[in-house]
Amino acid sequence: MTTERPKILTDKTHIPGIETFDVYRKNGGYSAVEKALKTMTPDEVVEEVKKSGVRGRGGAGFPMGMKWSFLAKPEGVPRYLVCNGDESEPGTFKDHWLMKTIPHLLIEGMIVSSYALGANTSYIYVRGELMYVVRILEKAIAEAKAAGFLGKNILGSGYDLELYVQPGGGAYICGEETALLESLEGKRGNPRNKPPFPAVKGLYQCPTVVNNVESIATTSWIVNNGGDAYAAIGIGRSTGTKLISASGHLKKPGVYEIPLGLPVQEFIYSDEWCGGIRDGHHLKAVVAGGSSVPILPAAMLLKTANGEDRLMSYESLSDGGFATGTMMGSGGFIAMDETACVVKNTWNFSRFYHHESCGQCSPCREGTGWMEKVLHRIEHGHGSMHDIDLLVDVAKKIEGNTICPLGDAAAWPVASAIRHFRDEFEWHITHPQEATRPGAIFKGHMELV
Amino acid sequence: MIETSDKPRIEFTPERLERAKEILTHYPEGRQKSALLPLLHLLQEQEGWTPTEGMDYIAEFLGIQPIEVYEVATFYTMYHLEPVGKHVIEYCRTGPCMIMGGEEVYAHLKQKIGAQDGETSADQLFTIKPVECLAACGWGPCFQIREKYYTHLTIEKVDEIIDELRK
Repeated sequence: MTTERPKILTDKTHIPGIETFDVYRKNGGYSAVEKALKTMTPDEVVEEVKKSGVRGRGGAGFPMGMKWSFLAKPEGVPRYLVCNGDESEPGTFKDHWLMKTIPHLLIEGMIVSSYALGANTSYIYVRGELMYVVRILEKAIAEAKAAGFLGKNILGSGYDLELYVQPGGGAYICGEETALLESLEGKRGNPRNKPPFPAVKGLYQCPTVVNNVESIATTSWIVNNGGDAYAAIGIGRSTGTKLISASGHLKKPGVYEIPLGLPVQEFIYSDEWCGGIRDGHHLKAVVAGGSSVPILPAAMLLKTANGEDRLMSYESLSDGGFATGTMMGSGGFIAMDETACVVKNTWNFSRFYHHESCGQCSPCREGTGWMEKVLHRIEHGHGSMHDIDLLVDVAKKIEGNTICPLGDAAAWPVASAIRHFRDEFEWHITHPQEATRPGAIFKGHMELV
Repeated sequence: MIETSDKPRIEFTPERLERAKEILTHYPEGRQKSALLPLLHLLQEQEGWTPTEGMDYIAEFLGIQPIEVYEVATFYTMYHLEPVGKHVIEYCRTGPCMIMGGEEVYAHLKQKIGAQDGETSADQLFTIKPVECLAACGWGPCFQIREKYYTHLTIEKVDEIIDELRK
């Protein structure tokens, strides 16, 4: 039995031709621009977004309305809205999917959000690999402009907005908002020290808000239906819906819009969502919020330490702290069955972070490389027991000691893998021949679900 | 590696020059350096890679020092600083693709093309570059060639794609 699910971002994505202005408009698109610009003040739009309780969907989960309210508004200084479409966190592909499927939803959100913040020039920064999506967005922007929804004096309201798409050049770090701003200024993506925060000194040293694609795309619905209606969906401080990027050994990987508070068990096993683990296999572990968040064994993901069903919400996923919990992060949900090797996957993620470290802070620049090397030797059967403690030590020395969160993001997957799968690491050291055989499967006392 | 050279000057074609001028209008007065990444993409689209002479031209075009272009081109992974084959296959090697059989498919691809990581095939048709996550994790294993994504890869599918590109 399927209950009626609230659809905020995906209610129109099945409609053929929805990527075109005409079809989007015929299906009620751009009504939020009409409502906001003709009947609301910018502050009223901000107020609705605050009431909605929507939290930043890029990974940090910071309340969006509060972030908006920090924006400095000095006289005579331009303000900017920059959309973060640099989606590069392993396991995450929802913004990619949303932008290519329904580009006008993001553009409509950019218009109402820019209006709310008083920005007259806004940018959508898209990772350079997604150049085909850049072209889709540019075409959609041209259509919206031709129809009078962008440019000078939009809908006769006196409000002007120019919207541009900026491609990146290939760098995970540019998903960090200050690195993104550096990149948008034509520089290397080195994160800036904070403070000053972008809300005070951001793009071109002017007040700037940086928001994720999914976050901005929700604002049209919030304008149309009100912040209270949005807050009525979800659970507790996890209001609304969330796009989940489901990947790995699931029967039906893909992008799903879930009401926050959905039980994890239901998300994985119900035919309405992922349909369970691929035939003949069992769930071993999950990285629930993108590669940066702690990996959890299946049983620990499905139930909290108190034995309650774990829910897809910010609070429930982090219940128990890092001892038994994880994080919602970007919603990059990577499911692994018993064929996945946790040591190998951790090494793979470490290589990723080493590759993507910008090199500014020594704990991250050096530490990510050390972790990659040590993990490589354990995975390939040359490790020692001391290496496991060495990894924990290096991870600890990176965490909290860098300008930006990439250091933490690199440390957490390693620390959590050892915390929960230490016996699998030890097996690689005590049984190297067995563990390095192609297709080797660890048959320790891990509890499969 | 970047070194100055006496090779012939590179300039945008008239059509790309128009696009470059349009890109400059996206930014406020005095902030034309913001166009650097888009212009480097434009250069690579034209030349197939990112030669030093082209970077020098972009520096001149934007009124900035050549070093400001070099330091950016070397930071980001998409700009090919060496000549490449006709098709650059950028293959995702990151976790979510890997656990879906990405390594086996990649090994087959390298064998089929006859090139290793970062190399170009003898016929100059393909360059293989392992890359990090392409944000297509639920559709993996995957690679991209220029602007096109190839997803749900299998050994059979790779054979079809490569055979088609060889025609």
